[in-house]
Order: sequence, then C-alpha cells, then structure tokens
Amino acid sequence: MDSVTIINALVSGLLTGLVYGLSALGLSVIFGVIRIVNFAHGELMVLGMYLALMLFRWFGLDPLWSVPIGAAALFVVGYALQHFVVRRVAYLPDHMQFLLLAGIAIMLVSGCLVVFGPDAQGVQLPYALDSFAIGSLIIDKVRLYAALAAIAVASALLLFFKYSSTGRAIRACADNYLGAKVVGLNVDRLYALTFGIGAACIGAAGCIILLLVQVHPYLAPAYTLLAFVVVIVGGMGSLFGALLGGILIGVSEEMASVVLQPSLKTAFSFGLLIVVLLLRPQGLLGRVVR
Amino acid sequence: MNDLTVSGRFALVVLVAVLLALPQFASGYVLSVTIICLYLSFVGQAWNMMLGFAGLLSIGHALFVGLGAYTSGYLFTKHGVPPVIGVVAAVAIAMIMGSIIGYLGFRFAIGGVYFALLTIAFSEFVRILLDHAKFLGGTEGLFLPVTQESRRGVDLVNLRGAPQMYYYVILALAGGAFLACRALLHGRIGYYWRAIRDNPEAAEAVGVHIFRFRMYAVVLSSGMAGIAGVFYAFYYNNLFPEQVLGIERSIEITLAPIVGGVGTLFGPIFGAFILTPLGEFLTYAVDGLKESGIIAKNVKTDGVKLMFWGLAVALIVLLQPKGLWPWVCKLLGLVKPPGERG
Amino acid sequence: MTTTKSNRRGAAIGRRKVMAGAAAGAVAAVVPLRLGRAQAQKLKIGAILPRSGIQANFGQDSVRGIELAMEVLPGKGYAAVEVVHADNETKVDVGRAQAEKLIDQGCNLIFGCYDSGITAAVAQVCEQKSIPLVVNVAAAPQITDGRFKTVFRNFPTGPMIASDAFLLQKEVYGIAGKAPSSAVMLHANDTFGSTQKDASVRLIERFGMPYKFTDVISYDPTTRDLSAEVRKAKSTNAELVWIITRLNDAIMIVQEMVKQRWEPMGIVSTGPGPYDDPFLKQLGKLSDDIINMVPWFDPNKAMSKLMIAAWDKKFPDRTLNTSVSHSFEATLIALDAHKRAGSAEPAKLLEALRTTNIADNVTVGPAITFNANGQNEKTRNSAIQNRGGKLVSVAPASAAVAKPIWPMRAWNAR
Repeated sequence: MDSVTIINALVSGLLTGLVYGLSALGLSVIFGVIRIVNFAHGELMVLGMYLALMLFRWFGLDPLWSVPIGAAALFVVGYALQHFVVRRVAYLPDHMQFLLLAGIAIMLVSGCLVVFGPDAQGVQLPYALDSFAIGSLIIDKVRLYAALAAIAVASALLLFFKYSSTGRAIRACADNYLGAKVVGLNVDRLYALTFGIGAACIGAAGCIILLLVQVHPYLAPAYTLLAFVVVIVGGMGSLFGALLGGILIGVSEEMASVVLQPSLKTAFSFGLLIVVLLLRPQGLLGRVVR
Repeated sequence: MNDLTVSGRFALVVLVAVLLALPQFASGYVLSVTIICLYLSFVGQAWNMMLGFAGLLSIGHALFVGLGAYTSGYLFTKHGVPPVIGVVAAVAIAMIMGSIIGYLGFRFAIGGVYFALLTIAFSEFVRILLDHAKFLGGTEGLFLPVTQESRRGVDLVNLRGAPQMYYYVILALAGGAFLACRALLHGRIGYYWRAIRDNPEAAEAVGVHIFRFRMYAVVLSSGMAGIAGVFYAFYYNNLFPEQVLGIERSIEITLAPIVGGVGTLFGPIFGAFILTPLGEFLTYAVDGLKESGIIAKNVKTDGVKLMFWGLAVALIVLLQPKGLWPWVCKLLGLVKPPGERG
Repeated sequence: MTTTKSNRRGAAIGRRKVMAGAAAGAVAAVVPLRLGRAQAQKLKIGAILPRSGIQANFGQDSVRGIELAMEVLPGKGYAAVEVVHADNETKVDVGRAQAEKLIDQGCNLIFGCYDSGITAAVAQVCEQKSIPLVVNVAAAPQITDGRFKTVFRNFPTGPMIASDAFLLQKEVYGIAGKAPSSAVMLHANDTFGSTQKDASVRLIERFGMPYKFTDVISYDPTTRDLSAEVRKAKSTNAELVWIITRLNDAIMIVQEMVKQRWEPMGIVSTGPGPYDDPFLKQLGKLSDDIINMVPWFDPNKAMSKLMIAAWDKKFPDRTLNTSVSHSFEATLIALDAHKRAGSAEPAKLLEALRTTNIADNVTVGPAITFNANGQNEKTRNSAIQNRGGKLVSVAPASAAVAKPIWPMRAWNAR
C-alpha cells in the first residue's frame, strides 16, 4: 500500500469522520441532557433527508440552503416528540423507553416506505461529484463542506450551551435534575427544547448528508447504530466528543479497509466500541456521570 | 397453581388443552403461526431471565440464538452430529459467550443503556465475523441437509419430521422453560434474585453474593437462547448471519416479553400470542380492505402493516407500561391478589 | 363487608369472563381451520415476494412482471389464472408462514421468492405438501442441487452467471478489439455477491481470460460510505473493474470513482444495481458505458417484443429489468404447465413442469427445459450496456442490437 493511498485514506477518514460526528451530534445532546436513548435517531435523520429531497424536487433548492429549514422542521418534530410522548415514559425503566422509541422508529420507516416507496432517491447537483486536487491528494468537495458544517454546528451549540441563559439552564437540568427543579426551572419545557435542538441537529445533518448518499427508508438503522458508536466512543453529552468519536471511527474504518477487507470495517468499529465501553465507558471526552 | 383463581385455573386448562390438540384440527398456516408464537415465547422467556432476574437489558440476544444455531447446524452438516448431541455444544458455546459478556458487564460495572449497547456491539461483531467465516457458509448461507423421506416421519434424534413434530418440540420447550423458570423463581435462587433486583445493597448486606447469582441468570438466559437457536436451525434448515443474528432479530426477541410484561412468568407467552396474530391480522385487514374495494387495488400499501404494528407497540408502552399480561390478569381475575394467596 | 365486596367483584368478573370467552370463541371461529383442497381446474398461483424490507424494490418489480404476463399471455392462448400475493417481508419465518397460508387458501402453485434463504424455506413447505414451486429469481446453487423434487428454477445459479460473464466478456473484447490485462473485483459481501465472487475466482482459469484478478475486495452492502473501498480498488490500477452490487452501493461506487478521478478501461457488473432505474436516474450520463452481464431478456425474440410493447404502455417511465423479465417468464412457465396438464391439480402440474419445453420465451438461450433437479441449465445471460438511460443489448450476437462501447468514455467526455 503506497503512501499516496495512505495519505488519501487518512484525510478521507478525517473528513468522513467529521460527517459521522455531525450525524451524531443530535444524539449526544439528547442523551447528555435527557438521558433518553433515542432509538429513532436514524429515522429522524431520514425524515430530514426526505424533506431536503422534496424541497429540491419542488423548488430546486440546494440541500445546503435547506439546512435551516430542515433544522427548523425537525426541531418542531423533536419538541413534539418529547413533549407529547417521551415525557410520559421518562420514569419508566430503560427497556420501556427503548421499546417506545423502537416502535416510533418502525412507524417512521414504514411511513416513509408507504409515502416514498423503496427506491433509492437522491439529488443531482453539478458540484456534487467535484473534488479538489492538491498534488496527489484528492479531497471530496462535498465531504469537505460537510466536515466544515459539522465543526460550525458543534461550535454554535457549544456557544449556545455555554453562554446563553437557556443553554445554561439546560446544562443545569443535565447536571442536577432535582436541583434545577428546586430553583424553579421549567424542566419539562427545557427538556422539550433540548430534544428539539437535538432533532434540529439531526435534521441539519440529514440535509447535508443527502449530498453524499441516496435516501431510502431502510437507511436509518445503520445511522442509528453509527451514531451510538460515535457518541459512546467520543463521550455521551460532549459535543466535540461526538466529532472526535466520529474522526476516530472514520479513520479506523479507513485503515481497517486498507489493511484488512473493507467488509470487516464495521466489525472494527464495534470492536472499538467494546473496548471503549470496557475501559472508559464515559468515552474519550465524556464526564463520569452514571 | 395455587396463585390462580378458579377462572384462572380454568383458563389455564383450556389453554393447555387447545395447545396440545391444535395439530389435529388446525391448518398448516395456523400451525406455522403458532410455532412462531411458541418460539418467540421460548426465546422471550430466555431473554426475560436476563432482565427480570439479573436486571440487564440485552438488545443482542440474537447472538446466543445464532451461536446455538450455527454450532448445531455446523456439527450436523459437516460432521453428521445429530442435534440431540449437538445441542450440548450449542448451549455450551452460548453460555460461554453469555458469561463473557456478563462478566465484562459486571467487572467493569456497566449497566443500563451502556450494557444494552455492549450486547449490540458483541452481536454485530460476531455477525460480521460469521459473514466472513467460509467454513460456516458465510453470507452464502449454511444449508442443512434435508431429504424427502425425512419430512414425513418423526425423528427426534435428528429433528427431522413433519411440522407436527416441530410443533410438539417447541411446545415442550416453551412449556418446559415456563415451568423451569417458575421452579427457579419459587426456589431459593429465586429469592436471591428478587432480593438483588429489589435492593442490591441490602441483599449484599445480608450476604447474598450478587455477582454469582447475576451470572447464573445471565448464563441460564444465554443457554436457553442457544437451545432456541438449535430449534431454529433444524426447523428452517438454512442459516444466514444477517437473518439469524441481525439486530432486527434481537429487537424481535424483546418485543413479546416487554409487551407481555417483563419479569412476569407468563408475560413472554402472552406477549408472543398477542403480537404475532396481531401482525397477521393487520396483513389480513389491509388485504381485506383492498378486496372489498374500500382501498383501490393499485394503491401501494406495502409497509402499512408494519406502520400499524409499530403504532400498536408504541401505544402498549404508553398505556400499559407494566405489560399487557398483568392488566389482563386483573381484568379477568385470573390471579389471586397478593392478600388472598395461601 | 368482605363478602359483599367479593360478591360484587365476582359478578363483575363473571360478566367480563363471559364476554372474554365469547370473544375468544368468535376469534376461533374465524381462524381458518384445516381446509379441504377443492378440485379446481383454475390455476391459483401464490406469489411470495419481498414487498417490504430492504428487497422491496425487487419484489415490486417482480409483481410488475407478473402483471405484464397476465396481460400478454391470455392473448397467446393461455387460460386466465388467479394470482394471490403475499409479502415475505424479507424474513424467513414470515415467508414460510405465508407459504402455508397460500397453500391453505387453495393455491396449487407457489411462485417466488427472490431471497435464497426464504426460497429454500418455502421450498421445504412446498416439498412437504407436494406443491410445485416456480422460482423467478434466486441464485443460491443449493436450491437446485437435488434436495428438492418440486422446485423449478429458470434463473441461473451464481456459477452459471460467472461462467457466462467470462464468455460474454470475450465476445465484447473481441468486437471492441481491446482487452484488459488486469482486473479488480469489488463485490458486496451478501449472499449473491459472495456466491458470484467464489464462482468467478474459481472458474477464471477455465476460460483463458487475458487478465488475472489483482485483488478481490468485499464490502458491507449496508455501509454508508464507500470511499475506502473504491480507493483500495483504485490503488490496484486494474484496467477492468468487475462489480457485484446492490442498488445504493452501486450508485455510491460510481460517484466515488468520479470523485477520486479514477477512469479504468471499463466497468462490468454481474449483479443488480447498474441497470436499475434509480441508478440510471441518479447518475445520468455517468451511468453510461457500464456493461451488465446478467440474466436478461432477448429483445429479438417474438414474445419479448410483445412483453416490451405491453411494458412501454403500462410503465412508460420505468426500465424493464431482470426481476420483471424473469417473473414474466416464470409466470409463462406456470401457465404453460397448466395448459399441458389440462388440470390445476398439483401432481399433474408437477409432471407437466418436468417436461417443460418452451421455445417461445423471452430470455436468452434455447427453449426452457429443466434438468432432474429442476434447474434450467441452458439459460444464458446477456451483456447489456447502459446508454443514455436505456439498456442496450450488445452480446451475445443473437440477442445484440448494437455494438459495445469499450473502453468506456472519460467521465467528463460524455
């Protein structure tokens, strides 16, 4: 394996990893605060993708410009989901929450199947397949944009959580639920906001990822699993942890493909997940909160 | 038996009688569906042990089923080992895997959601390895040899025969699992489990060895799931890693017990017998609507059944989080309330 | 106090009990018990296909093929038949239960199932009940290796597809005057991909090809990203890229090749994907020049012309592909057997199927016949090339309508 291929692999892994991180940011936010394992994560992203697809079909809107619309729409969905549904199971044991969200996930997937059909559908844009060439290093244009978007979104979220009063209130709920209530925070509303924000991230990610892959109803489970692996490796509740986790997964998958067979690369990710769960369950950048 | 009211006992007798006599009057289709229900009851009962008795949520139980299936299937196909012997190896391997995961979970104090994700990770990891295991067929599948003659008779040693034979085998397994779990729960080990589940610190304080008893539950759970795998292998006679160990399978295993009632003995059975017919009924209803012309024939309804099914599951969780079985029990007065038990 | 309470409770429970019992009784009455199979002259086909699940698009294409057959074949003197559809949800246990259900409902012939595992499970049920199973699409060799006596498959096995691919390539290279000196295989690690890959690697010696496989790369078909895989393939600098894919991954592979600026001599595909509508639509000009060496229909045959005409009228913006043509032909086989048997009794159908000899068919190759294991050994594949969103037959010569473009054109020179 020559050095050109390896360097290309590393750079590609880095960018792909940031895209993975982008898709997992929403999950990190939701779990970090509400402690709900959102098994419908991938399905929400697929909803965002279909929305961007429809906007492209009807208005010719480039998915990059659909990002705010996708984020807003999914924010509403997430808020409603938390407020009307998830809130009721907050006190129930883990397996009930899991099953509820799994049931919702099944409904969303089959709904997409009924409405959109099983065919893979995508957007056709003139720049979608462009690449930059720096010597023998070839960089995928769209992947670069997506990676930059990931960093931008993560930074925006970080600033929001650190400096805005709502953001700080949300962090307070995450740190100490009872204490937050005692000081008079409307925890229910803040939770709903958080779910909405998490879902908005997922929606934004979906719009961008539509530039890279075609959407079909059964795309979701792979993304849900991926998001979990990324977030656990990087650290639940840490935004840059999600990006770091993504990069780790992206690069290790590339290396596994180069050295072994690409069909083993997901096994590699799961192996990494097992090791992280055993040695450092809070993840690389996570806080030790059990 | 002494926990049941008169009506409860009556219902039980009727149920057992119907199940025993079913092959005599049921069509092939009803028999197939009932076999699926019994299979899900059996494997759900196994899964239930891990959550109900050891307090661990597993969303990767298909791993144990798959290990059992592939072990016995491989031994039969490549070495002619009959399943009555193969099941020993199958259970052993499933139990070893279970103890590894259980040990890692306890040793590193991983609980709740993290443990669930650990089970998913192991399950997917093994699945992908099996995809690449040429000697087990890999993605091309492991096909167990079946012959024309073997489909008629009854051969319990090789698990070859008519569907009726498979029916009675899975009925025995499901019933046996129920009785075994009941015996365990009412025995000494059951009290230790309940103590650990209700208040681990207090249990430890009175000297209950938490780690050991939890491991018993995990190992039993995985072993039983391994037996289910052996049945699966010899009933369907072909194994593909995606079909047997896929995450959809793991989720499917959890549905019946959660819907029926985690930690209850009859919950997994009740849940299985509600969910499977529900799925069939939904297909029937959608087809019926098309036949009668209420929905135009060319409207695409693929996926509608799945949508309503998902809705049903979600509703059950929202409305009856303890499971349907406790609710039905109370409604129909099948079980004596705790105060009145002898 | 206690007595009153339990009396009241007893009465209430008694009422509920009766209602519950009545409900159970009503359900039991509706549950289909063992039905006697009516002596029917009318053929009732039970089609078990993936209508949901990841193979749903193939299942829906198969259904279109059956519908086409129902329109075209009565005009050729075949009796009308009833087709009952069932969804196998891409799951083995569901497929098996649906087979039982269809047979109970009186189907005298089963049709399906696309997925090899499900086909094998359904075959067991059919074998048990001595009902014929006509397979439209399924590639695992084990289905017709002698273990079943009631299965009839008109679709080639993996090894057959591989052998044909070598022969077709020789033809194409001969016509084009240029042959690759190295090859890389990039295949999905699923049932179809693995079977194909094993067969190709095993059989290449026999055909004296001008190239050897520099590398064989397998990937997970559900992966969300194929840049690593394509990069690995690119690093071999092979001239021929042989892909065996599903749909979504095929699209991603070509997109990655463009992004990574890789232009091999040409791309050959021996699986689904590159000939499917979503691929052609998504990639536009970039989908051109890929040669699919797959089971296909022969556009020069009379029956094919009827099929194509009916298709163009019914589904003008969809492409007629393998799932469609082979479902069409499987229906033809069923109807033909019914006609010759003169009855819809499964035993007579089985006999008639064994002596099938249909010259007026749609697929490439001589007349349809089955060997002792129920396999049509003589069916051949075609080489069809993507041209401007259409599929053009370029080999074998008898089925060709155009000359192949080989080597492929540069990505931006289209």
